[in-house]
Amino acid sequence: MSEYRLSVGMEVHAELRTQSKMFCRCQVAFGGEPNTRVCPVCLGLPGALPVPNREAIQMVLRTALALNCQVPVDSVFHRKNYFYPDLPKGFQVSQYEETNPIGYHGHLMIHTSKGPKRIGIKRVHLEEDTGKILHLPGGGSGVDYNRAGVPLMEIVTDFPPDIESAEEAREYVAQLRQLLVYLGVCDGKMEEGSLRCEPNISVRRADSETLGTKTELKNLSSFRNVFLGTEYERRRQIAVLETGGTVAQETRGWNEATESSYLMRTKESEQEYRYFPCPDLVPLHFDRADVEAARAALPELPLAKLQRYQDEFNLSPQDAQLLTAERPWAEWFEAAVVAGGDPKAVCNWMNGDFARLLKETGQAAVIPGVESDTEGREPARMSPEILVKVAKLVADGTITGKKAKEVFEKAYMTGDDPASMVEGQTQISDTDFIRQAVADVIAEHPDPVATYRSGKGGVLGFLVGQVMRRTQGRANPPMVQEEMRRQLDETS
Amino acid sequence: MPITLDEVRHVARLARLELTEDELRAFQTELDALLGHFQDLQAVDVTGVAPKPHAVALQNVLAEDVARFGLTRDQALANAPKSRAGLFLVPSIRED
Ligand SMILES: [Zn+2]
Repeated sequence: MSEYRLSVGMEVHAELRTQSKMFCRCQVAFGGEPNTRVCPVCLGLPGALPVPNREAIQMVLRTALALNCQVPVDSVFHRKNYFYPDLPKGFQVSQYEETNPIGYHGHLMIHTSKGPKRIGIKRVHLEEDTGKILHLPGGGSGVDYNRAGVPLMEIVTDFPPDIESAEEAREYVAQLRQLLVYLGVCDGKMEEGSLRCEPNISVRRADSETLGTKTELKNLSSFRNVFLGTEYERRRQIAVLETGGTVAQETRGWNEATESSYLMRTKESEQEYRYFPCPDLVPLHFDRADVEAARAALPELPLAKLQRYQDEFNLSPQDAQLLTAERPWAEWFEAAVVAGGDPKAVCNWMNGDFARLLKETGQAAVIPGVESDTEGREPARMSPEILVKVAKLVADGTITGKKAKEVFEKAYMTGDDPASMVEGQTQISDTDFIRQAVADVIAEHPDPVATYRSGKGGVLGFLVGQVMRRTQGRANPPMVQEEMRRQLDETS
Repeated sequence: MPITLDEVRHVARLARLELTEDELRAFQTELDALLGHFQDLQAVDVTGVAPKPHAVALQNVLAEDVARFGLTRDQALANAPKSRAGLFLVPSIRED
């Protein structure tokens, strides 16, 4: 079999997290009774006039800047004309042309198993979502226009495509999603359709310069499906070519259950959109000073954070990755460091017991007084200050690591001050006390002591355990261990 | 160059208009006149005139992002030829 190369272009549609729709003030929400968030504008009734949503434009501008795009001085909305029942006006407001969209000629750096890679971005533009068609039992279709007019951002990769494997396709989508969630412009819920990916996939023989015929894949609702769908199409197309066939340019759907793609009938045989500037909407103008202000106001982006956590806090790439995966989690970490926590200790607590307890209780890590959880989960009582106190009790030897887990869990449940929980049961690091306790245990356990002295060091753990038991777990374990070994070796 | 009857037919199809042969010919004459007018416009010398994105000298006419209630569902569906279960009924659409 010949060698083949894969090329993947990616179109991502992201619903923006605004309160109201793109050109009218109907509420943006998920679910609900059909046709309850509609008005003359989004229903396309005669005479209704659209007014663009300022926040939606700012969100796209932020995204464009975070994706290293150029921003035009003037930008207009176009009408994309086609007839389909999910489009009440007979056209979709969108943005056409090479240098007219709010962002163009940018890139996203992604990290792959082979190192960082630059994925070129052709454009980031703003349009409006369509309604939803439901197939009714007994024939006929019904339309719900609640989603019609919801601000929709489209992000399209460069041509020729930079993505060359299913893994890169998945990483691109995953890291783009992370970026959009960091920027607060999209909730990233793929299962609710907030983020929709459409890869176009082609293969060519390794020695061929020209790209092969591409197929477009729809209905991909998870990173996993982006990976599986791309890989499936790669293999399917290679199999077609290997048996002397030709790949047809077509739109294919993804069947999650069978993990295979199928041919879809397209909306219109020949797309002829007749784009033209929308006469109902006046142009957008981007002052350079406003663009620079928006750039300066961008939050620290995931990739920069990931690098800084390694450089500034000496964390491993894995630790940094876990901490920066979601912005609220990273900000919680940073608040704990500001509260005086040792970064590595804070990191271990967060990615260990704290993450586990959050999962078990279904709560969210929230910095008190600063933010609330966007998912509406109950905020955990654990604050960065409390975590830092627990970590300090361990660091200064007041409590053992084992005891600390108990204290942490109790503080998590109650929100109480950890110091109050350990009064009277703090760890004992007094040398004389430990020396005496070890001597007592040696005197009381002649048999294990003899075993140890016959060369079987394994029994040491048992003897240390006896000391811990005697002291109700309060003796400092490393000190007990050292003292036990010293006394056993000394008198043998 | 006058617009052909096939082009009129194509434009009518894109606009979802069902036209008789007589109507097609009538539109051919009308569209021809219209396009003739654009030819007049194209003859104007616009050297040194910067292109304008819109005829109106306005920009950034925007609204604040505050949700407001629009129509009730009954109002929304009032003019629909057919509705069922709160949905606008349309001819059956099958994509797969
Ligand atoms: Zn509306």
